[in-house]
Amino acid sequence: MSTDTTTSVSLDVRDVHLAFGPNRVLRGVDLTVPRGATACVIGPSGSGKSTLLRTINRLIEPDRGDVLLDGRSVLGDDPDALRQRVGMVFQQFNLFPHMSVLRNVTLALRRLRKLGEDEAEAVARAQLELVGLAAKAGSRPAQLSGGQQQRVAIARALALRPEVMLFDEATSALDPELVKGVLAVMADLSAAGMTMVVVTHEMGFARQVADTVAFMDRGVVLEAGPPGQVFERAEHPRLRRFLAQVL
Amino acid sequence: MDPLSTLWETFFDWDAMGEALPEMLTVGLPNTLILAVSAALLGSVLGLLLAVAGISRSRWLRWPARVYTDVFRGLPAAATILLIGVGLAPLGMQVWGPDPYPLGILALSLIAAAYIGEIFRSGIQSVEAAQLEGARALGFSWSDAMRLVIIPQGIRRVLPAWVNQLIALIKDSSLVYFLGLVASQRELFRIGQDYAATTGNESALLLAGLFYLALTVPLTHVVNWIDRRLRNGRPAAAPTDEDDDDTTPASYAPTGGDRR
Repeated sequence: MSTDTTTSVSLDVRDVHLAFGPNRVLRGVDLTVPRGATACVIGPSGSGKSTLLRTINRLIEPDRGDVLLDGRSVLGDDPDALRQRVGMVFQQFNLFPHMSVLRNVTLALRRLRKLGEDEAEAVARAQLELVGLAAKAGSRPAQLSGGQQQRVAIARALALRPEVMLFDEATSALDPELVKGVLAVMADLSAAGMTMVVVTHEMGFARQVADTVAFMDRGVVLEAGPPGQVFERAEHPRLRRFLAQVL
Repeated sequence: MDPLSTLWETFFDWDAMGEALPEMLTVGLPNTLILAVSAALLGSVLGLLLAVAGISRSRWLRWPARVYTDVFRGLPAAATILLIGVGLAPLGMQVWGPDPYPLGILALSLIAAAYIGEIFRSGIQSVEAAQLEGARALGFSWSDAMRLVIIPQGIRRVLPAWVNQLIALIKDSSLVYFLGLVASQRELFRIGQDYAATTGNESALLLAGLFYLALTVPLTHVVNWIDRRLRNGRPAAAPTDEDDDDTTPASYAPTGGDRR
């Protein structure tokens, strides 16, 4: 996939804390993703992985800690402007069902980037072409398979030329035979130099594509390192137990 | 004359109907439409504002919306129309003269807004939170996300209930006769009633009833058609399957049934 790699930036999450009432979901998370690198976040359900992603684009504001893009804190920025720099893909796609595939992709281009209709459509069609769905531009999301919908969601996020991409269990809701196509798009994007944080249960993907694998449990990153190290020479007993269950 | 034909003549006197028909068409129908359409537009706009205020995080918006809805939904329509149409008449007189229509339309709109507000609110609240999250993640502000993504979906889900309310509005427009109408201001019901009162024959009133049915029955069918179309999108082009790695439809793809 040809993506403008010059736009991606480094991402630092520093000591992020977040509690929902008495429930301390994040308890000092650190994560460093160099420019163009892919970090996969693994860990059991309820460990705070999805919440961590949402603090990076501030869908949820952290109680404490900092998030830096290119070395600069984003916590003082306008959250809406920040979210245009940080693309996000969700487990349930979150496509807008009342709009065509094309309009799902052009909506933000037109309303936020203020592109004209022709220009927005050209960008959107090019992006859909990259995920192999140019022919579906006129369809409604419900007329597409789950895998196709997720690829549209990726195209929709990429159309805004984000500097970082966040994937929240992007393949967890898909039938097994549809997972491969989505992972292939994500792997291409990673290879093209996008800075990515991928929350996933796909250990094969993490092993092959990630530069860093971070294991989260109970609101902290317990262990992080290159996939070879995390998967083959895990130190923490909880990580070893987790890997024994999922591998 | 046997009782049965007397009964028949009371309701189906074609001559009586024929006599009332021209005035129904040229005066009554346009006036009913003016009342109903204006109140539908104003009531829907107010209703949407109430719906948004009703789900607001600010209690200063939520509370007034709640109280408004309770009051205007709880009063008899006739009482509201009289209170506003007569109560505000001195004020109206200074602004636009003795025409009872502006206040009649206002009263009908305020009543309709209370119901439509609740209908829209339930629709908007039925849209999954993930839709808002998806829009916010793209960089849309809360208000843009509501306007472009949440409200359009929410309203589509309650179109049938909304049309119910418009039907009620068409019928309730007959209540403005309380406000005193000159001949040219009479709507369908009043014209029918006047003919019935002067002749002692109900046929003209029945004719008015047929006019109401001619307005309301097609409305339900039109909205069902729109509803189906919005649900399924425009008739799809022939499926193209060059992308064959995962063309299996998702398990929740529409099967023609109700996906709500």
